[in-house]
Amino acid sequence: MTVVTAPEKTPTTPQAPRGARRTVHPLVFNLIALVLAIAVWALTAAAGLADIPGPLSVSSRARELLSDGTLTEDALASLQRVLLGFALGTLVAVPVGFLMGWYPVARGLLEPYVQFFRTIPPLALIPLVIVLMGIGETPKIFVIFLAAFMSCVVAAFQGVTGVDRTLIDAARVLGASDRTVFLKVVIPASTPFILVGMRIGLGAAWATVVAAEMIGAQKGLGFEMVHAQTYYDVPTIFVGLISIGVIGLVMDRLLLLAERRLTAWQERR
Amino acid sequence: MSPKISFRDVVKTYPLKSTTFTALGQVSLDIGDREFVAVVGPSGCGKSTLLSMVAGLVEPTSGTVTVDGAPVTGPGPDRGVIFQQYALFPWLTVRGNVEFGLKLAHVPAAERRRRADHAIELVGLADFADALPKTLSGGMKQRCAIARAYAVDPEVLLMDEPFGALDALTRVQLQDQLLDTWTQERRTVLFITHDVDEAVYLAGRVVVMAARPGRIHRVIDVDLPYPRTEEIRLSAEFARIRNDVWTHVYHQSPAGSAA
Repeated sequence: MTVVTAPEKTPTTPQAPRGARRTVHPLVFNLIALVLAIAVWALTAAAGLADIPGPLSVSSRARELLSDGTLTEDALASLQRVLLGFALGTLVAVPVGFLMGWYPVARGLLEPYVQFFRTIPPLALIPLVIVLMGIGETPKIFVIFLAAFMSCVVAAFQGVTGVDRTLIDAARVLGASDRTVFLKVVIPASTPFILVGMRIGLGAAWATVVAAEMIGAQKGLGFEMVHAQTYYDVPTIFVGLISIGVIGLVMDRLLLLAERRLTAWQERR
Repeated sequence: MSPKISFRDVVKTYPLKSTTFTALGQVSLDIGDREFVAVVGPSGCGKSTLLSMVAGLVEPTSGTVTVDGAPVTGPGPDRGVIFQQYALFPWLTVRGNVEFGLKLAHVPAAERRRRADHAIELVGLADFADALPKTLSGGMKQRCAIARAYAVDPEVLLMDEPFGALDALTRVQLQDQLLDTWTQERRTVLFITHDVDEAVYLAGRVVVMAARPGRIHRVIDVDLPYPRTEEIRLSAEFARIRNDVWTHVYHQSPAGSAA
């Protein structure tokens, strides 16, 4: 065995590589992961390992669907349903959650319903809802409403019950009435919970809309995918799936951004 | 002279599954106007319960708690409370926190601003008036809480182990600052602590409590002049009183033997 000799060049660039490695933006790794995924997808398709279209045929299909306006129209139709259902769901969930958290009577009366219906996936209600409401827009928006409501109501409720007791006491000893405590302490203190609930609710609403559209719709990403399925049009199904993912991700990031802004006062550990 | 705060045969019990737990048994105590009284005792002796009753956050099971001769029926801005956990509203700035009580009292904006700034100045947080609590150290948070209580100008200041969570140096600084403001604008102070040195250094009278059931074990006068300084803290007289209090806190007769 030879004796290891001391490297002679080391002193010239001592810390540089290590420092550079630390400053690599995390987005770079995200990008690498994305490129890797597309490469694996392309190889799988090219090798014929699975009977799936490659990235190229999917992107050319996406271009076609974009240029004839179908994709935009479908995405807008789905988005419109989600946003309407989500807005209604949140609007009802926040006061109901507050009511349940603040008044023990309201909690006792409402909690059984919330806990029971929470265990039923909104999608399982579709058969019933179609019988009762037909196949128009109402049943779809209702199911989305329910999905958003269930996620958000629990968050709002837990937000209220989780408010630090000493904060309420601190307000009361300064002369705050029950009403003031609610408006000036309970609402701001539970905002972070509600925003988390809204994010979960939006995710649930988006997941529900696509499924709801698979049953009797004239437009929408879910409808387009089921439609493509009957014609073995796999590229279109891929375009639909990717669009759902991208739109869902963008909506989640937007809410996350709002959350960060509205709750910048929070101590993060 | 009639007392500012008066406890008369105050008892506090909590129902347990089969029995009742006696947190406080038969406590009577008078606190004079502008007096500084510290309460020390082992944990579970009910010293915080005593304070919460004056604050109006806890009701006695029997007996009466009066402030200026009137029974306490609930919390009010005439009695400022400073909590050990600071209890600042994290979504408000230092100034927002200090103005909170003034807004509730419908103090006009200009006057509110002036009084808040005065209180912030008094505790030495002028440079941090627009900072959020999350950016402050523990000592600064507690100073903000003190400013919030001062701003509404309460006649009674109730302090529940306010410096308990702070490091030794910050604690001494805040003690000196508290005495400083107290000698400038005297109020009645009820100060709960488990730190014997702190109790003797600050108070004119130290109430030693015992646990199970919570009761007053001994009341010890602190005959040291104000303003109190480092010199007094190191004096033989201070040491004597501290040892006296210490003995009564840590060598109490076994539970239940006192009347």
